[in-house]
Amino acid sequence: MTTNLPVVRATGIPRTVRRAAIRVPPTVVLAAVVLLGVLLWSLIPGAFTSYDPVTGDTAEKLLAPSAAHWFGTDYLGRDVFSRVVHGTASSVTSALVAVLIGLVVGSIIGLASGFLSGWVDTVLGRVVDVLLAIPGFLLAVVIVSSLGFQTINAAIATGVSAIAVFARLMRAETLRARGSVFVEASYLQGGNRVHALVRHVLPNAYRSVVALAVLQFGTSILVIASLAFLGYGDPPPASDWGLLVASGKGYATAPWLVYAPALVIVATVLSVNRISNWMRKAT
Amino acid sequence: MTAIAYDLKKPAVTGTSDLLSVDGISVAYGDTTVVHDVSFTLAAGQSLALIGESGSGKSTIAKTVLRLLPEGQTTAGGSIRLDGRELLGLPERQFRPLRGRTLGYIPQDPASALNPVRTIGSQAHEAAALLGERDPEVRRALIRAVFERVGLPDPERVYRSYPHQLSGGMLQRVLIGLTVLPRPALIVADEPTSALDVTIQKRILDVLADLRQEHGISLLLITHDLAIAAERTDSLVVLKDGVVHESGASARVFADPRSDYARTLQADVPALNPDRYRNQRGAGSAGAGADRGAGVDGPRAQIEVRNVSKSFRAGGTAVTAVDGVSFAVGRGQTHALVGESGSGKTTAVRLLLGLEQPDSGEISVSGETVHGTSRAELRTLRRHLQLVYQNPFTSLDPTWTVQRIVREPLDRFRIGARADRAQRVREAIEAVGLPAGTLSRRPTNLSGGQRQRVAIARALVSRPDVLVLDEPTSALDVTVQADILELLARLQRELGLTYLVVSHDLALVRQIADTVSVLQRGRVVEDGPVEQIFARPQHPYTRALLDAIPQPGGLPRRAAPVLTH
Repeated sequence: MTTNLPVVRATGIPRTVRRAAIRVPPTVVLAAVVLLGVLLWSLIPGAFTSYDPVTGDTAEKLLAPSAAHWFGTDYLGRDVFSRVVHGTASSVTSALVAVLIGLVVGSIIGLASGFLSGWVDTVLGRVVDVLLAIPGFLLAVVIVSSLGFQTINAAIATGVSAIAVFARLMRAETLRARGSVFVEASYLQGGNRVHALVRHVLPNAYRSVVALAVLQFGTSILVIASLAFLGYGDPPPASDWGLLVASGKGYATAPWLVYAPALVIVATVLSVNRISNWMRKAT
Repeated sequence: MTAIAYDLKKPAVTGTSDLLSVDGISVAYGDTTVVHDVSFTLAAGQSLALIGESGSGKSTIAKTVLRLLPEGQTTAGGSIRLDGRELLGLPERQFRPLRGRTLGYIPQDPASALNPVRTIGSQAHEAAALLGERDPEVRRALIRAVFERVGLPDPERVYRSYPHQLSGGMLQRVLIGLTVLPRPALIVADEPTSALDVTIQKRILDVLADLRQEHGISLLLITHDLAIAAERTDSLVVLKDGVVHESGASARVFADPRSDYARTLQADVPALNPDRYRNQRGAGSAGAGADRGAGVDGPRAQIEVRNVSKSFRAGGTAVTAVDGVSFAVGRGQTHALVGESGSGKTTAVRLLLGLEQPDSGEISVSGETVHGTSRAELRTLRRHLQLVYQNPFTSLDPTWTVQRIVREPLDRFRIGARADRAQRVREAIEAVGLPAGTLSRRPTNLSGGQRQRVAIARALVSRPDVLVLDEPTSALDVTVQADILELLARLQRELGLTYLVVSHDLALVRQIADTVSVLQRGRVVEDGPVEQIFARPQHPYTRALLDAIPQPGGLPRRAAPVLTH
């Protein structure tokens, strides 16, 4: 066979479809700015506030929000803004841990049951059904109770309760990708099953799972905050967002103790949801 | 059986002879104008075809006439007059009564046009209600009468059926019946038969023609198929990129196209140019031409399929997909498996590639048996036996670049040194006529024809001896189809490839194949050299397939074999 095939340019091929310019809606930009701020708070909290989050000046207790104290002060005179900023790292990290556990374990279960089918699918499917049958929050409470009252355990618990959701989505996406013509084509090109799984099925299945992961990040922040609110996280003087809301709820005369950290939680979760939504539609 | 015969009254059209006149319309989606200043007129009782490839704006024009374009996202300028009334700008309240009663619409895909959770009958009542008939019994009788008229067997059963219980051809008959039922003055048909088998396509078009004649209904036919348009309509409008390239009487445009584009379209119709690729393929075919015929036996046969059967279990009953099929293909030859959906041709190909296990029979490629061998042997075999899929939109991984896609067989089969592989990929992509810049792009950024070229490059890069082509052009436009066929003919000549082509289109098969096997319900009903099959078809099914090739009236066929009907 010849090595040099003659070149004949095709004529009359229609213009290629140009990728539409990606337009980012302003609300998504706003959400991204909020999340960037939250990220910076967790990485370099000292750059945003000069107040100490742990020790306060009791002479300045329960001050309303002002230019000096943006979120006011609590019953020990600690700056609430400083406590929120310093609590970010713990809240964000634990949410990330939760998402990672759910994403990794759930994806593996979903990939395995979708790709291998047969009895593997049946067994894993029932496990996922059981996980789904138990309310996620209840499951998390049970797990924290048995592992110990710490934020990291709350994160693990939240992650475990999210496994089922990831597994289900991953399985559906895997089934769809596995049935594609290009996967069969890969076998004809000499590919084996591992090659098809890693190179074809996974890249085509993971997109919507990643969008779910972002959404789940917001949910995890909420769940972990709720667990901290109920006292399932690190004890004071830690300043997890949920714990701040919980410790502020006893002071009816100082509503900022509840509203300020709650607003931060709401803003973060809304931003995450907005970006997840946009990612899902964009892909 | 029905008390009320279907009323054959002509539609009440008043006024002048021009039923529909479209004058200088332009349509834009957002900032992109897709239809530029298009004008045509359609007289009462006449038929007109809008012809063009995908993206030519033909469907957009139809939707503009029917006012089905999404509001707010599109802007339409110009004038559309139906029976003297301006449609553009007509308030929706005044346009609604025209729908169905004056303007009928037959969509492309009948299966998605009907509600899957309601019976055909309950949906038919909506159409019957347009006649103003209140008595449900009378309406029912009318519906059954029209179902009978469009040639549906057992109208009562159809009436009670859900859409999924009927075949595509039957559903399209139902839709034609329901469109005709309110006696519209104009029917707009958007590729009414492109989702259907060829013999069914012919029957559907026949029914439509009969009904039009009986009721004096005008037809606006949207199609990509010049032969169908020329055979079935009085006048033609040829569109490209939203611009009219040529218009006039169908017979004239077809016989003597004046614009370049219409000439290209005409030259690309397979039925008209049976010998188009013969000369190009010349050398390879001539060398092996001595023993042309379906019975190429002995050591020279590249593919041998002997008495192969395969059945599937479907809902407890065994369905025989392939029943004792045998054929052989000589080296450098092209063999075609012809048949309609359900004829078993796809199963035959999957058996050949080792994707399915046969129940009985033997298949060998280049002297190696396909089945009963180890996985490793099957892999080696596949290196010399490649498949080009029907639909290039699904056969290429959208997340991969063209470079990776074409390179995959080289990496998987470990062909050549790593460093040489990139070079071989470049050669393959050049051989299929794509610029080197294509390598870094992803399939989603390529057109259908370009994708199919990539698929061919992927199949060729491992230098196989046999290429199986599963309806390689049926998902593509006519002119793109011609490009691909030309490419395949050239590659066969240069590389001495053996082709096994699967197709339902006999006109296309005549252009590219040396030998043919005609399949019906899993059996080979006729086989032989392509000239013999076309000149002297023996089996009635072969004759039906030949009849289904559109034959524009009164036109000299170029060097076509005499057809006996």
